[in-house]
Amino acid sequence: MTWLWPALMLLVPLAGAAAIVLAPARQAKWIALLATTATFAHSVILAFAFEHWHDGGFGLAASIPWLGLESIGITFTFGADSVALLLVLLTTLLVPLCVWGSFTAISERVKEYYAWLLVIEAAMVGVFVARDLIFFYICFEFTLIPMYFLIAIWGSGDRARACTKFFLYTFTGSLIALAGLLYVAWQYAEANAMILTDGAGQLVRDLSWSFDIASLTSFASSQLTTSEQAWVLAALLAGFAVKVPLFPLHTWLPLAHTEAPAAGSVILAGVLLKLGTYGLYRFVLPMVPEAVVEYAPAIAVISIIGIIYAALICWVQDDLKRLVAFSSVSHLGFCVLGLVALNPLGAQGSVLYMINHGLSTGALFFLIGMIYERYHTRDMHEMSGLSKVMPVWAFFMVFFTMSSVGLPGLNGFVSEFLCLIGAFTASPDAATFPGRLGPWYAVAAGAGMILAAMYLLMMVGKTVFGPLKEPAVAAGAHHGPTLPADLSWREIGVLAPLAVLCVYLGFQPKPVTDAVEGSIDDLLATYPARVRQYAATHPDVGGVELTLVREERSDG
Amino acid sequence: MGDKLWFLIPEIWLFVGAVAVSVMGLSPSKLARDSAPYVVSFFLAVALVAIPFIYADADRLGRAALLMPALGPYVKMVVCAIGIVLAMLSVGLIDRGLEGEMRSGRARFDPIRVSRGEFFAFFLLSLIGVMLVCNANDLIWLFLALELTSLPTYIMVAISRPSTKAQEAAVKYFFLGALAAALFLYGFALLYGATGTIVLTEMRQAMADQAASGGLSRLSIVGMILALLGVSYKIVAVPMHFYAADVYEGAASPVTAFLAFVPKTAGMIAFILLLGTVGWSGHEASGAAGLPQPILVTLWMIAVLTMTLGNVGAMLQRSAKRLLAYSSIAHSGYLLIGVIAGPGLGLNAVLFYLLAYGVMNTAAFAVLCGLERRGEEIESLDDLAGLRHRHPLMAVVMAIAALSLIGFPPLLGFVGKLYLFVAGIQAERLPLVVIAALNSAVSAWYYLRLVGLPILAMPSPQSETITRRPVAWPRVAAVLTALTLLVAPFFANKLMPAATTTPAGDTPAAVDLSHAGESGGDGLAPVER
Repeated sequence: MTWLWPALMLLVPLAGAAAIVLAPARQAKWIALLATTATFAHSVILAFAFEHWHDGGFGLAASIPWLGLESIGITFTFGADSVALLLVLLTTLLVPLCVWGSFTAISERVKEYYAWLLVIEAAMVGVFVARDLIFFYICFEFTLIPMYFLIAIWGSGDRARACTKFFLYTFTGSLIALAGLLYVAWQYAEANAMILTDGAGQLVRDLSWSFDIASLTSFASSQLTTSEQAWVLAALLAGFAVKVPLFPLHTWLPLAHTEAPAAGSVILAGVLLKLGTYGLYRFVLPMVPEAVVEYAPAIAVISIIGIIYAALICWVQDDLKRLVAFSSVSHLGFCVLGLVALNPLGAQGSVLYMINHGLSTGALFFLIGMIYERYHTRDMHEMSGLSKVMPVWAFFMVFFTMSSVGLPGLNGFVSEFLCLIGAFTASPDAATFPGRLGPWYAVAAGAGMILAAMYLLMMVGKTVFGPLKEPAVAAGAHHGPTLPADLSWREIGVLAPLAVLCVYLGFQPKPVTDAVEGSIDDLLATYPARVRQYAATHPDVGGVELTLVREERSDG
Repeated sequence: MGDKLWFLIPEIWLFVGAVAVSVMGLSPSKLARDSAPYVVSFFLAVALVAIPFIYADADRLGRAALLMPALGPYVKMVVCAIGIVLAMLSVGLIDRGLEGEMRSGRARFDPIRVSRGEFFAFFLLSLIGVMLVCNANDLIWLFLALELTSLPTYIMVAISRPSTKAQEAAVKYFFLGALAAALFLYGFALLYGATGTIVLTEMRQAMADQAASGGLSRLSIVGMILALLGVSYKIVAVPMHFYAADVYEGAASPVTAFLAFVPKTAGMIAFILLLGTVGWSGHEASGAAGLPQPILVTLWMIAVLTMTLGNVGAMLQRSAKRLLAYSSIAHSGYLLIGVIAGPGLGLNAVLFYLLAYGVMNTAAFAVLCGLERRGEEIESLDDLAGLRHRHPLMAVVMAIAALSLIGFPPLLGFVGKLYLFVAGIQAERLPLVVIAALNSAVSAWYYLRLVGLPILAMPSPQSETITRRPVAWPRVAAVLTALTLLVAPFFANKLMPAATTTPAGDTPAAVDLSHAGESGGDGLAPVER
């Protein structure tokens, strides 16, 4: 039963969901709060007992056999390294806050609501701790169903279109990713086929399938040809880039974010988007390194287009939630940029960014949800000078906006800066960690930082400062318990932990960067050699255009 | 002969059941008439329990000289198990008006007018047909078994409900079915002409000899393709899929559920047996020819067209039954991946997917069977809108069934699809698997309506008037099948066919290892012999 202790991370939320379904509706939110807090406490205990904070190894390992036929073995295999554990902590922290933050906002179908929140928590944790491909895929996909219902039932306005679009985009993408991963698994099975003698004395090839992520990763990175890697990269990107989302595939996100209930947006921005970047970190970078080296500039260009394009869109938004949603597209671009810089600084920045973005953007969605609960509008033209009636809200709004902008001293700055430094120093002639990017990439992405300051400060200026203008609340629009004009203690309690963490990570990012260092060193160990080799065989490496032209040639 | 007969014990037992039920249906006692579906279930349950013991004797099975001995026990057990659920759906369906009149005294019992006994007798006969297909060892047997599967269904459609729609559907089904029968009979005749035998095991040898001496004769290829196209009718594959939507819509929902599973299973087994005579590439060790290029291309095209047309067609539907009809077409396309992949993993995946499809499709239909509006069936998607408000359990069942049909993890449909895809990839049919994956993504769009409408939409005035059927069994079946979809994936190991499905005397070929991995790619490489 050694598997039981780490598995509790998934089992407690699921048990909580079952309890909510059975218990009366009045107690749903309390059960949910209890279960999610217990999960958080459990993950904190696991984190303290975790032995691999610095060496990049995997702890909490456990394996339960599941499906096995002929020579195919599928298991429920757990295991977390420091990166996965940090993201688990982020998840288990955000979900209880989401539950607590929804106490007044959700007044109908409460049982289902909290049950789905717990189910999605289990699925998200499952994604991070899965060490079996099929188990990973199951959890990855299963986040869709709760989110689909969260948007569809408790969303606003255009929710039917939003949830369908969300589902279809991500489902299609991840099916293509599954095809790519199955291809890798098949190649692995072919390569490890055993030659047996059957009863009739004939030689038989016995494919031995494995879905163990570690063995598939080490196999794919060393055995697949470059063109195979490129195809697998394309398939994986189809799945993960939709989730991140990267530029041309981002169109589901603003809609889903805008229409989701506040807690749904928090989970979407805080954790679900990270499933995409985590997928890039866990699968793309280690599995197909040669293709990554080859296409890193192309991916970086896409991320930079996303950064600038989404920032420009943010600038012209009237809807608060849409603005923050598009700002997520812009911010996650930095995250991907840091990953494809292929050096430790960029990767550390990227992992740190995943956590920071979850904290600050999550908090912003909470804040907008609190406004929406009071005024039933998110239109910036209808409100201004709210600091006069809601000073506490205004304080948090300014605080988290600054964190999101990247004000030095708060968390956003550190990660954004690391990502940019990573891209800046990732030039092909760098001494220790050569990359395929360079100063120009950092400069272009840096423009996104300036734009972010512009649109976020504009948002704060319009809503928090200026002459007081409160939106007219339509009569009868408000249902549920009455809220105080400013934030209640409960709402402050939701925001305060996030604010504390923002300050802490702003001044002390070192524990996190140290913790991920070992894992990142393992991840990037082979990259400098590969990049040098690539540069040696492609002396004309200059820019993106050349890389794109070479695509056809490399297939032959 | 005695050995062959031994393996027909389940069929003989069920035939006894069919006779018993048809007699009981004529009884003036209401109790006897009402007990028909329970008697059917009893006979099926006994057969289900007995089949493993009947097939336990491997020596006897070897003496029976079947082409694919491992098919029998698994398919027969699946058919019996799903048959019990289908019988639950049909409780109280036939003669409902007449029985009501008799109860209120407006009509007297008249053995001419009652048809419940016949319905359930035909129900069992059709199931016997499927089971006989598994035992088929020559073309005549195969033909008769296939027809025994189909002929009762024509009548079941016609008497399933007192409406001209059902009659129209039955006539359409019958004539097109006759056309298909003619087609595959013609194919069988050509196969006989080409090989000089009707016994499948001998035909396999004849084909192998042909292949060894300069390739299969044109006659045998044409015969095989004609036979496969004819059997496509049973599995509602393109180009014989046209009838599906109309017939499925016209028949009463329990019968539609029956049509979607039973003839499809028979057709799939017939496909496997027919292809077993030419063999699959990579499994030609015992001298069979390997899947010849024209047949492979035909199958490939049938598979791709079937899943694509099925999914596109389903998107355009406003009726839940028509939607499920097109979804049935699409799933046949997925199943063909496993058939193309061949013995071992491929055929095992087909058999497992038949089970999974049977459960999830029956779950979806069970919801339609469990509800009604003023004695009429609910059919359109609008009827399902807001089902949650009045029938929460049925709404949840429908959502689970639809998600499983998408192939959403971790439901049973996902496990089935995963096996099919893995089998396809292992047989180096990567493009086929990619097309199927894209089709699954497309199918999510319309299945999501089956998830969304009952749970999310507001009830319309139309759906407010929906009530439960007076009989509870269809709803019990709905809940049971939905639970199976949720729980079974975790025991999928135990549900897989235990024996590797390989033609008798066949062993996977000793693949030339120096070429392993080179032959990948589009999988359409000609089989040079």
